[in-house]
Amino acid sequence: MSALRILVPVKRVIDYAVKPRVNKAQTAIETAGVKHSMNPFDELSIEESVRIREKKSYAGGVEEIIALSIGPPKSVDVLRTAMAMGADRSIFVEVKDGEEVEPLAVGKIIRRLVEKEKINMVMCGKQSIDDDSGQTGQIVAGLMGWGAATQASKVSFGEGGVSVEKEVDGGTETVRSQLPMVITTDLRLNEPRYASLPNIMKAKKKKIDKITAEELGVSLEKRLKTLKVIEPPPRKGGGKVEDVDGMIAKLKELGAI
Amino acid sequence: MASSRSVTASLQRTLVRRNPIRVTTQVSRRCFQTNSILTRPRTGLKCLPQERAFSVSVPRRLADSNDGFDPKSIDRESDEVDVCIIGGGPAGLSAAIRLKQLANEAGNEDFRVLLLEKAGEIGAHILSGAVIEPTAINELIPDWLAEDNESRFEHATPATGDKMRFLTKSSAIPIPAPPQMNNHGNYIVSLNQFTKWLGDSAEEVGVEVYPGFAASEVLYKPDGSVKGVATNDLGISRQGKPKDNFERGMEFHARITLFAEGCHGSLTKRIIKKFDLRSESQPQTYGLGIKEVWEVQPEKFQKGQVVHSLGYPLPADTYGGGWMYHFGDNLVSIGLVVGLDYPNPWLSPYGEFQKMKHHPLYKSVLEGGKCISYGARALNEGGFQSIPKVAFPGGALIGDTAGFLNVPKIKGTHTAMKSGMLAAEATWTALGNTDSGTIFLYDYEDALRKSSIWKELKAVRNMRPSFHSPLKLYGGIMYSGLEAYILRGKVPWTLKHKGTDYAATKPADQCTKIEYEKPDGKISFDILTSVSRTGTNHEEDQPVHLQVKDWEKHAQMEWPKYKGIENRFCPAGVYEYVEDEAKDIGVRFQINAQNCIHCKTCDIKVPDQDINWQTPQGGEGPKYFMT
Repeated sequence: MSALRILVPVKRVIDYAVKPRVNKAQTAIETAGVKHSMNPFDELSIEESVRIREKKSYAGGVEEIIALSIGPPKSVDVLRTAMAMGADRSIFVEVKDGEEVEPLAVGKIIRRLVEKEKINMVMCGKQSIDDDSGQTGQIVAGLMGWGAATQASKVSFGEGGVSVEKEVDGGTETVRSQLPMVITTDLRLNEPRYASLPNIMKAKKKKIDKITAEELGVSLEKRLKTLKVIEPPPRKGGGKVEDVDGMIAKLKELGAI
Repeated sequence: MASSRSVTASLQRTLVRRNPIRVTTQVSRRCFQTNSILTRPRTGLKCLPQERAFSVSVPRRLADSNDGFDPKSIDRESDEVDVCIIGGGPAGLSAAIRLKQLANEAGNEDFRVLLLEKAGEIGAHILSGAVIEPTAINELIPDWLAEDNESRFEHATPATGDKMRFLTKSSAIPIPAPPQMNNHGNYIVSLNQFTKWLGDSAEEVGVEVYPGFAASEVLYKPDGSVKGVATNDLGISRQGKPKDNFERGMEFHARITLFAEGCHGSLTKRIIKKFDLRSESQPQTYGLGIKEVWEVQPEKFQKGQVVHSLGYPLPADTYGGGWMYHFGDNLVSIGLVVGLDYPNPWLSPYGEFQKMKHHPLYKSVLEGGKCISYGARALNEGGFQSIPKVAFPGGALIGDTAGFLNVPKIKGTHTAMKSGMLAAEATWTALGNTDSGTIFLYDYEDALRKSSIWKELKAVRNMRPSFHSPLKLYGGIMYSGLEAYILRGKVPWTLKHKGTDYAATKPADQCTKIEYEKPDGKISFDILTSVSRTGTNHEEDQPVHLQVKDWEKHAQMEWPKYKGIENRFCPAGVYEYVEDEAKDIGVRFQINAQNCIHCKTCDIKVPDQDINWQTPQGGEGPKYFMT
């Protein structure tokens, strides 16, 4: 059986601990000067790919783990972290600072790269914490005609193919698919390792291939327009009722019963 | 970028790995866990004993529940560099840039300058007013503001006007500002932004900058000189045992190690003790600066306006003052500095700051605006009398960690940067002169004494200590006025500091209790809302980095006398005395280390000096924005 060639898309997003603020024009979240890091779900993807290689879970072995990022120039930081965690090399598709790329365009870029690099597994996060789209993995599978196992909490390889335990409302669901396939990662999959300093220093020597969307023949044209971004209204206090009769009266008042 | 540790659910997994000694292949030993499986409940784990490599099996001791893997038994990877700098603030970065400038000029491109910074990115832990005097940056990067320089700093607001006020509860009396505080020619900046830009400049000249790695240990050579530093081990649990994602720290060996940790650095503390660097100077005294950044309504914004205030809300026996700087795009930096030698344990610097914002002078600007950032940091007030010896075998102290802040000017950035540059020049000369052997930077000590830093600190040395007289605040203002306008430090006497900050605290029953008003949510805020604005976070499952040997004993010692002073001096709500009927004093001491914003106040102010601030895992702590 052929070896796994895994593509791991990673995204540079606002750090999860930072309080996001809406910019003055109310069109987007303020990103200037704010701390950014790798999307936490993408860390899970890198970690899982590296574990598949280290644990030798797949009989054919892992030939290459390629990290991919589509974003502004600073996204190379995220690629360096991915390589420090264990990816072999990276591909960077640069877009202008401030320009947003929609999941469909991301999916199309990934499709081109999958064809170019002969990828047989795409492991991505289930969603990114800035736009929460949760679409990229599924779009890639749709474009490629591959199976997609989303919200994976466990991945294992066996005679019948790749078994994935997915998180669903009410528990987990196990699906099985043949390669090539797409897996999107969820929180219970693993606990990512720290990128240690020696590895970060070594990662500086690993390769980052730069390519543009035009070269891949993908247009970054946007199909969605963001009209307005506003903060959620502040939480209003609740009221207390004395007893069941009070509750029924209140519900009648609100027109609920 | 160790971000999702606390986000991911902690279903522990045992991974059997081989080849653990060299960290090159990112594997760490797991087999030792079989010992602890017998004692700690884990969910569904199986470690296969036959795959354990003998060379790393831990000798079994019978029925020893603490048996486990000792992280210190693994060797650390090490790297040799020419100069290692601890701390990526203005001083550290200036020293790094200067060193690389000198090396590049001499054609030595391979000269390795390595800078370690505990914050996740450069600038994330930097907080200051700030109005900076451009003398040092003009010398380091002359075209830092030049229009034709592509990588110039774009966010400097020139200071336009100075206002000095004495506040009472409802009024603001104009008082003359001492000539030192004239800010003509200075710039209001967000020091956090400025440091980020300095970090980029450092990388451009070839400095190896590694944010996200905290130096936690100083390494010594057999002759007692400094060999270098080692970074933190990552992935240690709260009980001190290694976890699944354990990573051993790394060592850096350098002929010269420069410490630029900022005010009251944790490694600096140990070095000062070891080399007895304070034998000929007074102890350092400190202040705590708490600040917020507000976005105000355009009609209230006066770009470049610098306002300072004294008096309300602080009582006469407490040194301190407030500031308000208008900069950037409708942004206002507002804050309060409280001298940490305050005697009343009921005083809460955070509470005083919230009180100050309600004063008409400040409220009139803040009303209708939005608070976008909060933070706090201790700063040096010792000045000239407290400068320690700064050079020691194998290294030196630069910047605020030594303490060059000019208190009446309330500026320390330019002196910190200048000291970094002087140390860099001395290092370069010293490394060029000898090929091996321990280096002692005599040239740095010399250069300091001949420099502008020494001159300006000497001139203002008597102003801060004058606040210790029985006339307290008023005596201080009068004497400082005298010094500022007439004497200018040219007097034969040097006033001493009263003593250390922590010793100045009086017991709670001797002082009046201060009640603070509830925050209104519009101008003043509760402490947890403020802490959320710092973006701080720490991995929960790690050893508590605010080291107190015995929490019970601490509570029994401190509570009866000071009634919870830690809860009041911490600007992040880390320390709590929780009601607990089971304890005979009625309360239980609790440390919420996750909230820590690395201000170092606890290490300075705790009356019995039993809180030791040690650095947590790298990449954690606040993520300041525009501070």
